[in-house]
Amino acid sequence: MTQTLLDDQLIGTTAATAPGLLRLLARNRAALVAAAVIAAFLLMAAVAPMLASHDPNQQRSESIRVPPVWQAGGSPRFPLGTDALGRDLLSRIVYGARVSITLGVIVVLLTMIVGTGLGLLAGYFGGWFDAFVSRIVDVLLAFPFLIFALAIMAATGPSLTALVLALAFKGWVDFYRVVRGDVLAARGAAYVTAARGLGASTAHIIFREILPNVVPPIIVVATLRMATIIIAEASLSFLGIGVPPSIPAWGTMVSDGRADIATAWWIATLPGLAILLLVLSVNLFGEGLRDALDPRMSL
Amino acid sequence: MTEGSLLKVSGLRTEFATYRGALVAVDGVSLALRRGETLALVGESGCGKSVTALSVMRLVRRPGRITAGKVMFEGQDLLRRTRREMQRLRGSRIAMVFQDPLSTLNPAFTLETQISESLRVHRVARGREARERSVELLAAMGIPSPSERLHSYPHELSGGMRQRVMIAIAVSCSPDLLIADEPTTALDVTLQVQIMDLLAEIKRTRGLSIILITHDLGIVSQFSDRAAVMYAGRIVEQASVSELLGRPLHPYTEGLVGCIPRLGRPDVPITPIEGTVPDLVRPPVGCRFAPRCPRATDRCVASEPPDYRLESDRIVRCYLHEKSSLASSGEETG
Amino acid sequence: MWSRFISRRVLQLIPVLLGVSFIVFLTMHLTPGDPVEHMLGQAGRVSQQQVDELRSYYGLDRSFAVQYWVFLSHAASGDFGISYSHQGRPVASIIRERSPATIELTLFAFLLALVLAIPAGVIASLRPQGAFDRIATVSALIGISLPGFWLGIVLMILFGLRLHWLPISGRIALGMAPETITGLAAVDALLTGNAPAFWSALRHLTLPGLVLAAPMAAMVMRMLRSSMIGVLEQDYVQFARAKGLPETMVVGKHALRNALIPTINIVALQTGLLLSGNMIIETVFRYPGLGKLAVDAIGAADYPLVQAVVLIYAGSYVLLNLGADILHAVLDPTVRPT
Repeated sequence: MTQTLLDDQLIGTTAATAPGLLRLLARNRAALVAAAVIAAFLLMAAVAPMLASHDPNQQRSESIRVPPVWQAGGSPRFPLGTDALGRDLLSRIVYGARVSITLGVIVVLLTMIVGTGLGLLAGYFGGWFDAFVSRIVDVLLAFPFLIFALAIMAATGPSLTALVLALAFKGWVDFYRVVRGDVLAARGAAYVTAARGLGASTAHIIFREILPNVVPPIIVVATLRMATIIIAEASLSFLGIGVPPSIPAWGTMVSDGRADIATAWWIATLPGLAILLLVLSVNLFGEGLRDALDPRMSL
Repeated sequence: MTEGSLLKVSGLRTEFATYRGALVAVDGVSLALRRGETLALVGESGCGKSVTALSVMRLVRRPGRITAGKVMFEGQDLLRRTRREMQRLRGSRIAMVFQDPLSTLNPAFTLETQISESLRVHRVARGREARERSVELLAAMGIPSPSERLHSYPHELSGGMRQRVMIAIAVSCSPDLLIADEPTTALDVTLQVQIMDLLAEIKRTRGLSIILITHDLGIVSQFSDRAAVMYAGRIVEQASVSELLGRPLHPYTEGLVGCIPRLGRPDVPITPIEGTVPDLVRPPVGCRFAPRCPRATDRCVASEPPDYRLESDRIVRCYLHEKSSLASSGEETG
Repeated sequence: MWSRFISRRVLQLIPVLLGVSFIVFLTMHLTPGDPVEHMLGQAGRVSQQQVDELRSYYGLDRSFAVQYWVFLSHAASGDFGISYSHQGRPVASIIRERSPATIELTLFAFLLALVLAIPAGVIASLRPQGAFDRIATVSALIGISLPGFWLGIVLMILFGLRLHWLPISGRIALGMAPETITGLAAVDALLTGNAPAFWSALRHLTLPGLVLAAPMAAMVMRMLRSSMIGVLEQDYVQFARAKGLPETMVVGKHALRNALIPTINIVALQTGLLLSGNMIIETVFRYPGLGKLAVDAIGAADYPLVQAVVLIYAGSYVLLNLGADILHAVLDPTVRPT
């Protein structure tokens, strides 16, 4: 066996140990599984009408509170059972994915644009603008999310626009902070000074030089925010001030099932399980992204 | 070996688990320290001298492991002691001073806390007596206004003072052996002299034996009695300092000495040592220095030379000196 | 030195509180519902004069700015007006009546979260990727992914209805309420030596407390673990060992102290979330606290009550952050005001 006697010395690089590398691979494997689950949910949401064997809103007085297929009294016609109004739970859960995912994406995009925009401006120009926005952030953070959401929904009545606004109310702060921090750091960086020396305009520097470097953490934050938003929307729907009751939503289903938890436990439990599964996958995937894109944020 | 050995290390071997395999940082190291002696452990970065020191104190952490050897301290093998026994030994019989005092002192605690906790844990003193002793220690280390300084935090002190504090903590429980791992590397030259003088003084007044780890031959010559030269995890030469520097035998030692610029002799060229250190995951079969040695033979490349014991208490690991050896020292090559 | 530090921070709180109160005021007044209508809802036919009298009684006929000013000046002296949906009872007294329950629940969840998270974080960090660490990490991930309302229901079903181990609503078993000293049922029971009441109160706190504490415990554990792993690699930890300190002292004193510093921020953040999570949990478990009060008050367009509750939540959050800042300076000498 030939020896490469000029190999680098490995003493001191004990970070490159067997456990360290395995960990990266394990995390990646988990993240891949999570991505697959997310894809499954997306698919489910997209092709819901074809996937669900029943109309999610159809009530059947003759088949109320049917247990899931694996319990006594269950039937393959309703694999996950039916609720108190005889609606097929599986179909409702499948349709519920649409609401959660769509709302989640819209809110995350909205907050991402607002937060990133403000963060870029505050970070780059600083001064009174930065101080002003930071004050607003302080006030917003002190405000209990739920109360604001309750107030808005009480004010405007059930409306999807209001729901989006309520969810986006505080959501942009995370983006703002991360972007602002990165822009502040980048402002003094060599490549920015170089660009300015070459006569680049402010707009060019912000959008063509700094922004691309800030994109990875934005993606990570976006993914992790998605998880939070999904839970927030479900919570609001649970309280009755989220999605209008005519649209099947997981949170509403859990709330509907509360009355029957003593006997028909599946009505409240199974939709919540869907939430857990999706949110868990999103979180896991987000962490995998974070490890890959922006390790300094890793926990 | 001889009587009066405070510390005798035989065939010490410490490995680190890496994704490429086991990295043997310390491979069959044997050395001896007599009472009252200062032994310098010399070598370039990465040769394993710090790991040797940590191994003696059994402070090597995962993924590192001591896999062979004996560390006889006052007649007992430290590698066979229980964890509790080691914990009691550390700080009270064997103490260690590290390289960078800013990172080695806990930023969250005052000097008083950090000094007196040693005293308390080793049952030397408690409460008010501990505080008084701490003040005495600081004063003995040459720190001005010691009783006020007691309430300071590490980040409020200068580098030199921090190092003095570390030394104070190390000698607080009157250990027999002090291991100083590059105590002056992080300091500027004037401070270096001060700290080394301090070490020399406390060695005298407290009867310490010292293992001094350094890559600075100047410090070796000024402050040590004997020196052991390490290369790629092995000790290649051991001798008294005057012999080692005046008449280096091992080609590596020669090379090191040849690297020292001579004051007032600008005409003498500095001869660097060609090449780089070997890979310790897959070390060479033969002598580790052979690839870089100007006098290497085929035999050197093919097999590892053993330790040859020479007169005047010298040990050299080099075939060149086979003829002058008194007898083979019989140490395993790990 | 300390007093300047603290007073400066306190002064910074005031604009925040003002901002919050303004937003609430604004929002409530933009809601189309008319509080007077709510109040008179059940009364049948009423004359316009009665409506006007009621409006002027409650000061609803004045302009927005005046109303806000009146509200502020009264609030500064502790007078939050009278509640529309509680027959004109002073808001302050209603809140005083309902807060102990929420305080107790929040305190319980807070302590529970820390008791779970801190040891778990420390032990997990000692052997990263070890068995305990893996379990802890997965649990934490699940903990932050759980919808609180759902977890509450699942636990209710499991421990309340199936196993009959724990109660699923209320604060304490009927008729067992102890003498009121602090208002905190469990504490009062302890103080008056009333063992059965103590256990009953504790059992009622368990399920809602657990659900409330879960996300906080998860986040704190993750943060502490990560922080500890970094700290354990520091030279001063190795030096502490070299001094001959027992390992428990090395980890528990030298390492933990430094690892807690960045964890404080997370604890403060999460405790703030405890306050808002409260509302959902109290609704799910029918726990008679401020959260449920708030939910109902908004439905009834009871402005003064809503305002007061929001101010309390915001004030708590802000004080919490102040506490975190102070604790930060206590633990980390390098950031202390010199």
